[in-house]
Amino acid sequence: MKMIYLKNVATLSFLAEKCLGCGRCAEVCPHGVFSLADKKAWVVEKDLCMECGACSLNCPAKAIEVNAGVGCASAIIKGWITGSEPSCDRDSGECC
Amino acid sequence: MKPLPTRSGCCRAPNNNCCSSDAKDAPLVSTSLSFKDRLGGWKVRWGIGRVNYQVEPGLYAVGKPDGDSPVLVSANYKLTFDTLRKNLVGLDCWLLILDTKGVNVWCAAGKKTFGTSELINRLEAVKLSERVRHRKLILPQLGAPGVSAPEIARRAGFSVIYGPVRASDLKAFISSGYQATKEMRTVSFTLRDRLVLTPVELVQAAKKSLSVFGVLFLLNLFAAKPFDVNDFAVCAGTIFIGAVLTPVLLPFIPGRAFAFKGWLLGLCWATLAVGVLGWFAPGRRLFAAGYLLALPAVAAYLAMNFTGSSTYTSPSGVLKEMKIALPLIVISAIVGSALTIIGHLMG
Ligand code: SF4
Ligand code: SF4
Repeated sequence: MKMIYLKNVATLSFLAEKCLGCGRCAEVCPHGVFSLADKKAWVVEKDLCMECGACSLNCPAKAIEVNAGVGCASAIIKGWITGSEPSCDRDSGECC
Repeated sequence: MKPLPTRSGCCRAPNNNCCSSDAKDAPLVSTSLSFKDRLGGWKVRWGIGRVNYQVEPGLYAVGKPDGDSPVLVSANYKLTFDTLRKNLVGLDCWLLILDTKGVNVWCAAGKKTFGTSELINRLEAVKLSERVRHRKLILPQLGAPGVSAPEIARRAGFSVIYGPVRASDLKAFISSGYQATKEMRTVSFTLRDRLVLTPVELVQAAKKSLSVFGVLFLLNLFAAKPFDVNDFAVCAGTIFIGAVLTPVLLPFIPGRAFAFKGWLLGLCWATLAVGVLGWFAPGRRLFAAGYLLALPAVAAYLAMNFTGSSTYTSPSGVLKEMKIALPLIVISAIVGSALTIIGHLMG
């Protein structure tokens, strides 16, 4: 079952004019947000984006922008208290 | 075979027999896990000695790799390392382990310790370009938030291929000539994934709530009518609801915000508990109202904390959820606790 978080909050923006169609964004996105059609990327489902920043960092054409960060409440609270960037303990034992 | 170099505590020095990363021979890695590895993994799951469970960064050999063997890059978190190697049975390859300070790939990528500069430095430290003829690196896909493939190509001359999300798909990925299915590229959040995470949530929540039980105990010293085992059970149940049941039932609970899901289950639990214990009776109503306010708030807070362990929440979303939920949680927890204590002292 594909779980979707809150609607219309992701800060993802994609500039199709800049896209080279290399497919890197579709390769790195852990939620299948991007897909490739006719040598251009397109955003399949923006609400699936968790703002990890992988697509934007790996796009050779700088066609993608996103406010990357960690979606973790306690990290955000810790960030407020310490005045630092939130960082997380997200742990998927299966990941390599 | 050389024992696996591990390091612990603040001492960065390898304990014994270890080779520094520029040693001529990369340490050979076994693809089977020992009892000690499994025990260590289990302890990590339960939050016992969770920090500093790491292996020495550097280059390792699996099987009998040569100049044409693939190079897999990973983090120096021992659990990650163990998951990786047990999925490499029968393969000949190199493992390039980055220094992520004992943090798994995904988290480390978020912090950029699994990152572009660490990778470039490590490539140079182990002189990888002298060991292999090809110029390809296979990185875990979840490392992509920390590593810029275009920059690695430009600055180090290696082209990055992102492998599957899960180590268990690695062999299929390699044998298919680096083709990943959509499945392999997608992060799941299955019942099993969520179950694996709950022990740590529970231990953390229990640690935090010790103070609550401390307060109850102190109140008991002065109250004519002490809080009893029922109160304890209701509170403990709430922690279980927020830290275990909500995460496990996540996709089946209505709503999208985690705090709301936790609050909803917490409310069901509080209503049930208060009803069964007969606290809706006249004279105990203030007390009951207190519980009905405070308990769901606690469950909501614990559930909201689970956003950090989930695999699909965005920071913008969590921030939005918190801005609405946190004030409500704080107010209803304070008012609820006050009512409960007043109701209790009066009752
Ligand atoms: S990574 Fe950038 S250039 Fe490549 S397909 Fe995606 S948007 Fe286009
Ligand atoms: S930020 Fe992450 S989740 Fe969002 S589209 Fe890019 S790669 Fe996918």
